[in-house]
Amino acid sequence: MKILVAVKRVVDAYVKIRVKSDGSGVDLANAKMAVNPFCEIAIEEAIRLKEKGVADEVIAVSIGEKSCQEQIRTALALGADRGIHVDAAADVQPLAVARVLQKLIEKEGIDLVLLGKQSIDSDNNQVGQMLGALTGMPQGTFACKLEVADGKAVVTREVDGGEQTVSLTLPAVVTTDLRLNEPRYASLPNIMKAKKKQIDTVTPDELGVDVSSNLKVVSVEAPPARSAGIKVESVDELVSKLKTEAKVI
Amino acid sequence: MSILVIAEHDNAALKPATLNTITAASEIGGDITVLVAGSGCDAVAQAAAAINGVSKVLVADNAAYEHQLPENLAELIADVGKDASHILAPATTSGKNLMPRVAALLGVAQISDITAVKSADTFVRPIYAGNALATVQSGDTVKVITVRGTAFDEAAKEGGSGTVEALDNVKSQDVATFVGEELTESERPELTGAKIVISGGRGMQNGENFAMLEKVADKLGAAIGASRAAVDAGFVPNDMQVGQTGKIVAPELYIAVGISGAIQHLAGMKDSKVIVAINKDEEAPIFQVADYGLVADLFQAVPELEEKL
Repeated sequence: MKILVAVKRVVDAYVKIRVKSDGSGVDLANAKMAVNPFCEIAIEEAIRLKEKGVADEVIAVSIGEKSCQEQIRTALALGADRGIHVDAAADVQPLAVARVLQKLIEKEGIDLVLLGKQSIDSDNNQVGQMLGALTGMPQGTFACKLEVADGKAVVTREVDGGEQTVSLTLPAVVTTDLRLNEPRYASLPNIMKAKKKQIDTVTPDELGVDVSSNLKVVSVEAPPARSAGIKVESVDELVSKLKTEAKVI
Repeated sequence: MSILVIAEHDNAALKPATLNTITAASEIGGDITVLVAGSGCDAVAQAAAAINGVSKVLVADNAAYEHQLPENLAELIADVGKDASHILAPATTSGKNLMPRVAALLGVAQISDITAVKSADTFVRPIYAGNALATVQSGDTVKVITVRGTAFDEAAKEGGSGTVEALDNVKSQDVATFVGEELTESERPELTGAKIVISGGRGMQNGENFAMLEKVADKLGAAIGASRAAVDAGFVPNDMQVGQTGKIVAPELYIAVGISGAIQHLAGMKDSKVIVAINKDEEAPIFQVADYGLVADLFQAVPELEEKL
């Protein structure tokens, strides 16, 4: 069985971002970049399936500028077998990402696609579901448990009221939620070994995908700041303020 | 313009998030049709027809739609909505599961989690966990959108007189099947719609200690939430998580207990009207957004609060 994992290069989750004063976007100059945390969970799950003998090969793909090869190397150091870099602009939109992945799936003969449920920069939460539509594959989004056997993926999903379990016939798309697993750290020997693993580069053109989008960002602004209020000295004072000043209880 | 709103429901009752979505649809302006797809969902259809501003309700009542499987539903919605100007659904786990699939079937972009309508083609949505707000403009013929409930008021449940029309459009497949679900039963209000929310963080130390919050919640009629740290530590289930990766809430009163205030958590609650923080660390970032901060040991302050309410 072959697994495809997509990894997105995003600003590190602990970096406090700043909106550019001209409203054109977020200032990422010199910001520390990392693998999107939900994609890390997807890599981990793919590697565990390989370790269990369920998967034979794990392919890590990233779409973006040359710099995203760093994130592919991270996936390789964690245990992915080889990488594919789709050389494009850093801000390719979800539908185009899904179209690129669709082409790679057809080319590679993929049985299971593991993706993060969303990236922590654009917060779209779309690619897995879109890929399902384009390929006709069933989808198990927001997975907190995954079992793969006998040509099926049984996925337990995080939903608003609790959990839902669905059974999907492979090939299928699964997107990861936080509780699915706890990603490992790459060991130094594996980081060294990853340098020798193969990364192929293709362009969206070569795959026959048009990455343009009809959705245009007009401006990006900082949200209105919320200022700190007051410190109260006691529970009595708190209750009294909530009753008489804020009038919320 | 004709706007199709996807009703969220459990076959028995309409979920309130649908009402917020209808308000967003009214702000866009145009004829509003609600699609109710489910099984044995007639009561939902009647409720939808009564909502102020709804002109028509389409009901697709079939076993294939009972569990809202996106493989079936997206095909139905794309078919019914292909000539609409907008297709809207709440940005709940259900809407998020469904709408990108609809958009891709129609070959258009999807716009996630909008918090404001600027015009019929321009919308505001949070990015970077709410640390930036992007204004986006869509050039697609059909705009497929999910709506953040807390950013729009609920439409009035009464006053409408929409017509109800049955659809015999059945889309089903055999690659995805429903196995089961475990839903949390609670007497308390739903987290995303509650007027008061009290949440616990890592400072709660364990799941048993959440009983203290329950007592306060009972007195206030509040819902109980948690930070990601408390969920990650296994204190409470993930459906209680408030934050960018959990639920977004904006109640009248939000009480954060033993929560440090990571960016991740703030993204989920900073639009609350009044924020109270109880934490023994006076340097905790939560105090920077709190209207009322109490620097105290929660194990003393929370029982005292319960007593004095």
